[in-house]
Amino acid sequence: MHELSIAQNIVEIIHARVREDELANVRSVKLRVGTFSGVVPHSLKFCYEALIADTGLNHSRIDIETVSFVIKCSDCSKQSNVDNGFALCPSCGSRKTMIVSGNELDIVEIILQENQAEHA
Amino acid sequence: MSIVTIERKILEKNDAIARHNRDLIASKDIFCINLISSPGAGKTSILEQTLVYLDGTINVQIIEGDVQTDFDARRLERYNVPVVQIVTNGGCHLEASLVADAMQSLDFSGLQLLIIENVGNLVCPAAYDLGEAVKVVVTSVTEGEDKPLKYPLIFKNAGVMIINKIDLLPHLSFDLELLKRNALSINPSLKIFETSCGTKQGIAEWCEWLAEEVFVQA
Repeated sequence: MHELSIAQNIVEIIHARVREDELANVRSVKLRVGTFSGVVPHSLKFCYEALIADTGLNHSRIDIETVSFVIKCSDCSKQSNVDNGFALCPSCGSRKTMIVSGNELDIVEIILQENQAEHA
Repeated sequence: MSIVTIERKILEKNDAIARHNRDLIASKDIFCINLISSPGAGKTSILEQTLVYLDGTINVQIIEGDVQTDFDARRLERYNVPVVQIVTNGGCHLEASLVADAMQSLDFSGLQLLIIENVGNLVCPAAYDLGEAVKVVVTSVTEGEDKPLKYPLIFKNAGVMIINKIDLLPHLSFDLELLKRNALSINPSLKIFETSCGTKQGIAEWCEWLAEEVFVQA
């Protein structure tokens, strides 16, 4: 399953943006995952946890904001929450729709706790 | 607590390599397709029939992706085209970096059509841009009319759908029009071909479309 490859990308991004000596302070990595992204959230969590075990990131977890699949019709301008991938406007039947949300696969932010040593 | 704001796509690295692949391919006026299907739908057989029909009139090279073995590359090499085999050893999809590496082995002089045959998998390859001009999804009449609804991402991201094994229709209770309606409900602009590698039905239409796209790209 490709969630492992996605999790590897997340770990690489964290390493690129967080100093090595701060990795142990990473507590949560917030993701935005659309229901039409092709990624299964609990599989992604499973793969991430497997990857970070026994590494400097092993105090971190991923938090996933799920975004539902919404399309907008160019003909009647209505926005509709439809089954994943469906392209026909449920209001007027038009084929001229565009995806408003639901295909996101983003890393939003990384949250670190403060270094305990700074408060010693 | 401190927050490091990222707001980037997780697959940004793959997308950047895919863009690089796409730029390289386009700079040489090559038309590139990414052929995707579940295992056994007939990707390699369709490629064999394509090579027979084109008969050397178009300069074709193939990047062949499989989990194990080079069986498919060896099948295709019999038609006198260069084939670069990628063995993923368990990887369920091709990524842009693998294609970039494979492209180092291509002979670009005169190359007109680059075909990437992806690993047999209808799920994961849908999410990975390899740098192709168009994703082609192959489905067969032994797979069920509801495939596009069950696997909407690949049908949404593809530009072309090939419905294969149509010679078997008399032996099946398969509703071809329902399959097409389902596919078009996910992707109204999907171009659809119907083929049989056994009877060669539809192969000419598919190949003529390929030739037109190669001509437009040049």
